[in-house]
Amino acid sequence: MITELGAFALILSLMLSVAQTGLSAVGGARRSPVLAGAGQGAALAAFVAVLVAFAALIHAFVVSDFSVANVAANSHTAKPMLYKVAGAWGSHEGSMLLWCLVLTGYGAAMAIFGDSLPPRLRAYAIAVQGALGVLFLAYTVFASNPLARLAEAPVEGRSLNPLLQDPALAAHPPFLYSGYVGFSVVYSLSLAALIEGRIDAAWARWVRPWTLAAWSLLTIGITLGAFWAYYELGWGGWWFWDPVENASFMPWLIGAALLHSAIVTEKRGALPGWTAFLALAAFTFSMLGAFLVRSGVLTSVHAFAVDPTRGVLLLIMMGIAAGAGFLLFGLRAGSLNPGGQFRPISRESAIVLNNILLSTATAVVLLGTLYPLIREAMDGEAVSVGAPFFNLTFTPLMVLAFAILPAGPLLAWKRGDAKGVARKLWIALAAAAALGLVAYGVVQPRKALASGGLVVGFWLVGGALIEMADRLKLLRAPAAESVRRARGLPRGAWGTTLAHAGLGIFVLGASFETAWKVEAAQALSLNGSQPLGAYVLTLTDVGTVEGPNYLAERGVVTVVDKAGREICRAAPERRFYPTGSQTTSEVAICPRGLDDIYIVLGERRAGQGGKPAWLVRAYVNPWVRLIFLGPLIMAIGGVVSLSDRRVRLGVGRRTREAVS
Amino acid sequence: MRSSLIALAALTLTAGASDPSERLPDPGQEARARTLFKEVRCLVCQNESIDDSEAQLASDLRRIVREQVKAGRSDAEIRAFLVARYGEFVLLKPRFSAGNAALWLTPLGVLLVGGGLMIGLLRRRATSETELSQEEEARVKRLLEGD
Repeated sequence: MITELGAFALILSLMLSVAQTGLSAVGGARRSPVLAGAGQGAALAAFVAVLVAFAALIHAFVVSDFSVANVAANSHTAKPMLYKVAGAWGSHEGSMLLWCLVLTGYGAAMAIFGDSLPPRLRAYAIAVQGALGVLFLAYTVFASNPLARLAEAPVEGRSLNPLLQDPALAAHPPFLYSGYVGFSVVYSLSLAALIEGRIDAAWARWVRPWTLAAWSLLTIGITLGAFWAYYELGWGGWWFWDPVENASFMPWLIGAALLHSAIVTEKRGALPGWTAFLALAAFTFSMLGAFLVRSGVLTSVHAFAVDPTRGVLLLIMMGIAAGAGFLLFGLRAGSLNPGGQFRPISRESAIVLNNILLSTATAVVLLGTLYPLIREAMDGEAVSVGAPFFNLTFTPLMVLAFAILPAGPLLAWKRGDAKGVARKLWIALAAAAALGLVAYGVVQPRKALASGGLVVGFWLVGGALIEMADRLKLLRAPAAESVRRARGLPRGAWGTTLAHAGLGIFVLGASFETAWKVEAAQALSLNGSQPLGAYVLTLTDVGTVEGPNYLAERGVVTVVDKAGREICRAAPERRFYPTGSQTTSEVAICPRGLDDIYIVLGERRAGQGGKPAWLVRAYVNPWVRLIFLGPLIMAIGGVVSLSDRRVRLGVGRRTREAVS
Repeated sequence: MRSSLIALAALTLTAGASDPSERLPDPGQEARARTLFKEVRCLVCQNESIDDSEAQLASDLRRIVREQVKAGRSDAEIRAFLVARYGEFVLLKPRFSAGNAALWLTPLGVLLVGGGLMIGLLRRRATSETELSQEEEARVKRLLEGD
């Protein structure tokens, strides 16, 4: 009954989205507050209806109602409760319903929080958001209904892929989709502004917070995914340049570019067309991501809920949305006012360079990801484009971008003072170069490239710190003055510093971990040991454990340092899930400050003298914590910026408050 | 439960490239082989290099690469051997060729176009920001001195 109610609510939400589009569009065109208000009401109602459908799906998973096809295919009675709930968005159908939930949720947010938007712009934006809702809800209702019943319910479900039964991965899709679909708002705002034919600073003031929100959520989503890959896939990798990863990375890169160009449009009225273009591109890349991930046109290690036949439908939907957006852009771009002027040395120029490099990087990722398809279509040749290609092409672009990054926030708008900035930054450059040389000289074996990576990382962190010190007049003014300045500093400035420092922290972690990782692998019988860098590992016990829906072999590996002190007792497992006949390895991690000792229990084989032995594979991953901490700090920076009054509220609103 | 235990024991996977039974005795050669592994695709896997993959075929490919490294072949020779045997598909970094020129040159092209657009933008800005005309100068003077 609850399932039928959910299915009904889903169809209702489609109807409501149709109403939302029509009412808001006519309300905007006729400048009718009544019709526009009705459109807002429909937007809210559509969200509530999808929420009901989503709750019904979760309910079906929680009670293991196997008469629902999606539950039968993706759940199991023995599965722990967290994964029953997460199973609701672990499948193709469920994840598309989550997409719709987030999409209508943002539509509702525009209806609730959009009071300070110009009424006409708001009505058009809600109409466009509604049209996107119609597109995706129609797909969900007619081609991918997660609440469809089976004629005969099986006794037991087929369970969720055990690799996906993990807390980080249960949280990964909601964050990722909130980020992906968050760009739908800037897409809608962009189209609305193009329909009106006016893109100005006030418009950019609205684009910024939504971009910040979407980008921060996407950052968290991608980081959770990378973290999951790190400890679940069992060889300590966290980024593989896999098509599915690239699919999420492209909207992130474009989102980062948009974040910066929107500032230029807001503060200086410049680059309005480019900012609108990026806003359309960000959501187009989100849709492309959904298509690439869900259609299975590209082979991927992360291909989980794939359906090629419905992929075509997704491609058509993407074509409609992106086509409409860019067509209108092409028609209107020429008439946009180019806006403020600036000199070659200015913050605007630095941000334009940042945008060129980020866009080129996105083009590299896009081309690399799609190239195997292009080549196959062109001359039938099968080629692979993998990590070595991206490392060679993407990394130099980023190094260029990072080289100019610390100068950007220090440059003045319109006309910057290059010498002044150099005077401020030389300490950061000298310190970064010195620390890089120290790493090159001290850490064995010497690695020039990775030491260069460390220089870049220190340069970014140092640059961010100097920028903050400069704003606070630290050491140049009395302490009381610095404290006063810190209190008065807008949150946006703190956010910038945090995000840029977080990026540097990530670069440090990535360079150090990749180059100075230590690996050891040996077949150990009971009480056998092997050295691993500065540690010794001993396999002290192996036993069998029965989990809720798996059976496991669990080893106990005692880690001792050179002085003979026990560091930890790690318990890596090899799990067997009988439902899908799948084996997974459960990695054991001993955290040591910023480093991880990463231990994997392998298969049992015959050791010396016929005694059983187990393959124990272990790594010391130095500074690996920074790889996940850095992006987290970046996301926090985004959220801090978002909490800035100037970003959250329109300036008009602020003056009104100041008066009252 | 018993059958599950048997299944668990029967599942034999290699441990990827780090498996001790596969290693070359010379650490220098082993390191070179490991670097090469990262560029070679495990053909039957879902987008994994043979350095990461635990599949049997990846293990076979690793053995081939290690044997060639041991025999003193250069990296380029080993890559050419693999391509001759398995096709371009085996390399994760496509070689620069007529067919792949688009892949390698497009990024550079995008960067150049972007740079060109930026220079154009700055030029246009610069010209539109030129000195004031004589009439404007006169008007400014009048305004400043005026009243």
